[in-house]
Amino acid sequence: MKRAVLCCWFAIGVLMLALPLSAQQAPAASSPASANAASHAEVSTEVSDKLAQLDQRVTAAQAAGDNAWMLTSAALVLMMTGPGLALFYGGLVRRKNTLAIMMQSFAMMGLISLLWALVGYSLAFGGDGPIIGNFSHAFLRGVGMDPNVDYAGTIPHLTFMIYQMMFAVITPALITGATAERMKFSGTVLFMTLWFFVVYAPLAHMVWGKGGFLNAAGGRFPCLDFAGGTVVHISSGVSALVCALYMGKRIGFPRQPMPPHSLVLSFIGACLLWVGWFGFNAGSALAANGLAASAFVATHLGAAAAAIGWSVAEWFKNGKASALGAISGAVAGLVAITPAAGFVRPMPAMVIGLAAGVLSYFMVTRVKAVFGYDDALDAFGVHGAGGTIGALLTGVFAQQIVNPIFGPGHPVGGRDGHWAQVGNQLVGVLVAWGFALIGTIVILKITDLVTGFRANEEQETQGLDISQHGEEAYYLES
Amino acid sequence: MMKLEAIIQPSRFESVKDALREVGIEGMTVTEVRGHGRQKGHTEVYRGREYTVDLLPKIKLEMVLPDKLVNTVVDTILKTAKTGKIGDGKIFISRVEEAIRIRNEERGESAL
Repeated sequence: MKRAVLCCWFAIGVLMLALPLSAQQAPAASSPASANAASHAEVSTEVSDKLAQLDQRVTAAQAAGDNAWMLTSAALVLMMTGPGLALFYGGLVRRKNTLAIMMQSFAMMGLISLLWALVGYSLAFGGDGPIIGNFSHAFLRGVGMDPNVDYAGTIPHLTFMIYQMMFAVITPALITGATAERMKFSGTVLFMTLWFFVVYAPLAHMVWGKGGFLNAAGGRFPCLDFAGGTVVHISSGVSALVCALYMGKRIGFPRQPMPPHSLVLSFIGACLLWVGWFGFNAGSALAANGLAASAFVATHLGAAAAAIGWSVAEWFKNGKASALGAISGAVAGLVAITPAAGFVRPMPAMVIGLAAGVLSYFMVTRVKAVFGYDDALDAFGVHGAGGTIGALLTGVFAQQIVNPIFGPGHPVGGRDGHWAQVGNQLVGVLVAWGFALIGTIVILKITDLVTGFRANEEQETQGLDISQHGEEAYYLES
Repeated sequence: MMKLEAIIQPSRFESVKDALREVGIEGMTVTEVRGHGRQKGHTEVYRGREYTVDLLPKIKLEMVLPDKLVNTVVDTILKTAKTGKIGDGKIFISRVEEAIRIRNEERGESAL
């Protein structure tokens, strides 16, 4: 974009130089005054035409750059669900449940994508209500190649829509980490459909939608959530905890050992998540600009610091730094930096990552053991806890020098002296917690009545791959 | 004829196999097995959850030998499979009634 602007200035400069030259040449060619005036008028219309053309070209160049980055980002975020999350979770379960957990992520890529296009997008980003959108963009009516100036003025509305779709896809998939190895497929499909409408769409509207009461730009409680700390991670993490408590433990937990069947798969998955997260966070700038670069850097440093935070905590506790610990820490850091990415400078990003790595380590190893719930793959310990600490620390570290979201000259977070922002963040966190908690309980009840939620004992013992999908992940005799 | 079963450390298997070939042993059956004797297992930790792994991977060699070779083979295995640490495994020897080669129905020691 900078280049486009430079080109533009250069062109204007050349025109300025050319103007007096043509003015001097004109009288030499013909002396009568009337002819002189006519040629002046001609030149000035020519210049303004040229300027208008240039203006158009600059806008088009910026639109092209932004659109290229945003389409790439959308694809990166999709990669986080499949294969990223599917591999990460797939490796953590026992062999007999590998395909089932992968399929739960993949099903979201199909199901939520369609729901989003049909009505979800409209409920999240249509209208300007405080709680939820409307049906103005149902069936993608009015979503075309022209930008939606309410959200992103330089990219096609379609690009914005598909980018936001990928967020809606991964969020419910995160919950499956808590219900792993015992949730029926039919129950998963119904639960996720309801959850998408009851929890995700309204929360996305409250925080990001025009008129939403938590929207940072003009909401009643302006909550800073750059890329989804509340909307994606607190909502899914808290719902995951509710699901784990409601469903109960896996048969044999915690007596029977249930070690991950392939940390290699998890490792690949976690690394893909890390890469995909650049689309998730830096893409949330909604343009290929300096803010995207700032968010990119913050994201990377947050993940790196959290990987180190978890590893060091583990090293102290067990005398060894494990691969699973390092990758879990990185994911926790990516979660925590998500709301902050577009508001904080690089050094605070490291602090946020480090805090998230250590906190998630204690959530997963200590808190879970104390309360005894079976959050099988630690969806709550990583996303719920990481999302919460990230959202609160965003209020502490947000700076107007990075993102003057409250207008030029207005302080943003605690670092700018605006400590009230931590209060706003707390409101956002509490609303997200409450909403996810109540919504999930209601949906669980409904799901339980309609399809049932948990696989029966025989199916669970046999493994969900065979009992739910009729296939095996590893058919080693063939 | 004697049957010899040796359970050894997987890390010693290649040396044992090479040494046995040098003393003229031509056939053996090898299985990857898991088990433990007096050796204790080890502990693995996944996200703070500890698992004690007490069944450890071992290699089981099975050979049926003419009586005159048994001592040589036992000596060879003892020499090459020993690390001196707990968990080195065991050798079991038992008498075999009959051996039959399926291809040509040969019987006795000539079938080995």
